[in-house]
Amino acid sequence: MSKQIKVALIGNPNTGKTSVFNALTGLNQKVGNYPGITVDKKQGVSKLNDDVKANIIDLPGTYSLNASSLDENVVIELLLNKNDKDFPDVAIVVTDVENLKRNLLLYTQIKDLEIPTILAINMSDRMQRKGISLDIPILEKALKTKIALISSRKNTGIDELKQLITNYENLSTEPCLDASVIDKSYFEGLQKAFPNQLLYKLWLVITQDVNFGKVDKKTIDSVSEFKTKSESDLKRLQQKETIKRYQFINETLKKGQTIDPNAATDLRSRLDRVLTHKVWGYIIFAAILLLMFQAVYDWAAYPTDLIDASFASLADWTKENLPEGAFTNLLAEGIIAGIGGIMVFIPPIAFLFLFIALLEESGYMSRVVFLMDRVMRRFGLSGKSVVPLISGNACAIPAVMAARNIESWKERLITILVTPFTTCSARLPVYVIIIALVIPKGTFAGISYQALTLMSLYIIGFLTAVFAAYILNKILKIKSKSYFVIEMPNYKLPLFKNVAITVIEKTKSFVFEAGKIILAISVVLWFLASYGAGEQFNNAEEIVAKEFPNLSETDLEDKIAAHKLEHSYIGVVGKTIEPVIKPLGYDWKIGIGLVTSFAAREVFVGTLATIYSVGSASDSEDEETIKSKMAAEVHADGKKVFTFASGISLLLFYAFAMQCMSTLAIVKRETNSWKWPMLQLVVMSGFAYLVALVAFQFLNK
Amino acid sequence: MGSSKNMTDLTLADLKKGQQGVIKDVSSAHIPLKLLEMGCLPGNPVELVQVAPFSDPMYLNINGSHLAIRKDTAIHIIIDQVDE
Repeated sequence: MSKQIKVALIGNPNTGKTSVFNALTGLNQKVGNYPGITVDKKQGVSKLNDDVKANIIDLPGTYSLNASSLDENVVIELLLNKNDKDFPDVAIVVTDVENLKRNLLLYTQIKDLEIPTILAINMSDRMQRKGISLDIPILEKALKTKIALISSRKNTGIDELKQLITNYENLSTEPCLDASVIDKSYFEGLQKAFPNQLLYKLWLVITQDVNFGKVDKKTIDSVSEFKTKSESDLKRLQQKETIKRYQFINETLKKGQTIDPNAATDLRSRLDRVLTHKVWGYIIFAAILLLMFQAVYDWAAYPTDLIDASFASLADWTKENLPEGAFTNLLAEGIIAGIGGIMVFIPPIAFLFLFIALLEESGYMSRVVFLMDRVMRRFGLSGKSVVPLISGNACAIPAVMAARNIESWKERLITILVTPFTTCSARLPVYVIIIALVIPKGTFAGISYQALTLMSLYIIGFLTAVFAAYILNKILKIKSKSYFVIEMPNYKLPLFKNVAITVIEKTKSFVFEAGKIILAISVVLWFLASYGAGEQFNNAEEIVAKEFPNLSETDLEDKIAAHKLEHSYIGVVGKTIEPVIKPLGYDWKIGIGLVTSFAAREVFVGTLATIYSVGSASDSEDEETIKSKMAAEVHADGKKVFTFASGISLLLFYAFAMQCMSTLAIVKRETNSWKWPMLQLVVMSGFAYLVALVAFQFLNK
Repeated sequence: MGSSKNMTDLTLADLKKGQQGVIKDVSSAHIPLKLLEMGCLPGNPVELVQVAPFSDPMYLNINGSHLAIRKDTAIHIIIDQVDE
């Protein structure tokens, strides 16, 4: 077996840490979760030479070891716990050559943990333009390490970095400064109480309330000869510690770094003058949003139609070429229809993630946060809520997770609670098919009514989110320390490789996560619709034949199938809830769609497809026939099921109702309580019911 | 570090766009550690790069780090103004 070295990549956000990770591992990486929390855990393998491999873990970006978010907590918990299976043999701290001063703060903290640490100085291709020169031997000596000068953009220095990883055992584990001088007697007492522990680790445990091994804050508090300090005293000490570290860094850089102040008129200031401008900034942001929606709804339509058509013909082909029977039906009507229903989401979601990745990678997203903070605050949100509210138009799950970097708990909670109102792509197929059914074809000012309706639904979703935030801000009595700090990174041309990997990873995980649910529901649904109990179901042939003695054979078969469906297990469920949804203009078949949609909205169209094709003797799966079948549906009294009134009612119900188990599960994990997801479920769905009821009763004349 | 400030003290919130100063004192009770760690410490130079409408938030260059903070944080950072 070849030798394996465990490596942890650590660094501030915006240092190109992930690019370094991609350069080291290529596509040889996988994304998982840390147990119990939803922080992405990225790991990959890098081949250092013929005998040695490195297992690299890309830790979440952090400004320091003093964690202020869940993501940052992951870093400190791993680095404090020697028994963790991922505990690194060697740490690489990735820094940006233009921000060395600030980036080195984290480096000095890691060094205090006495882990062998390599300093990787990234973006070295920009040194000349910025007039920066470094004296590497002096820096290596002062920082007690080896330095790799790399550029993940130009792909230089990566081999040298691999070389340093291979020889990690030669690295010094000595800290580069002694921060305990800020309060000598306090730290001496602490060390005396715990002679076998590393002083800096103890200090982190005291200030962070994390634990490692057998020592946690309680054990330190309980040692009688050592007295811990009050919170404000601790904070004052942390401030002193930070000043001490910066003094060391400043002295080191004074010797090892020179910057020519005359170099480079800055791209940053020229771009910022326009992009953060009081007027132009907002116009440009609006234009970018428009372009994004154009991409998601227009450009994505071509591949989506193609995927849709392929799956429809695949289902047909299955039916024609496999022997008839329950299994073939399950395959064609349940599984293939179900998978097709999820595959059509790939193009719009990929486009959305592409845009979001480009905005983040380029550094533009921070400018949007800066521009929007004041406006969003009026509604109890933060400028940082913009990211979840935009991502929510792709999928609420990553959006809710993106709220993590909002510092104020109240602002973060409100963001999480209102994000599901934004129009996630799972609503899209429902909207598309209902709009096609009930909205007339004409145009207004060159835009079709149908497109206008779709756009209005997006606007309604967003406005409801903001309005709900406003109300929550008034109702929720949460005192939380509200502050707001955001780094304004340099503008960068996004790296194709980084963007591509992000888009592929995010789309893949969405498709698999949602796909599992949809597939399971399709199968269960097909079963419940194909089987039933009782005489009405089992003797359907005779009952129908007796009732309609004069029908042609195909009509008779249709009637039998419909009768069977009505008395199948699912039919019984639908019939039971029919009285509740009737005032909204729905029949029991739509009711079944609504029920299954509470697992995930995108199931609605698939459910109707399954119900209508199971309930019909003529089999075909393509959307056009689902649509025409829906158009042909009538109530018992002969009136159409899908009218303008019931259609609008249905659209509004889907706009507001909380119908996504995965989102509820994520909200539970992010808020650490069932209270908030249950609140979402009840309030959003109750509101949806009310609005749909009013809309139907008002429109149905 | 003192946490009291006099009415006459100049704070970051008083800077105009393009003006520079040197941080004199930060009241640690009101300033998050994260901001200190990003370089917002006594002795460090600061420049107001850009402001959003109503001068809030403020886009700063502190000690070579570019970051944005809200005005209600900026009033707790006391500075000496530096004239060009």
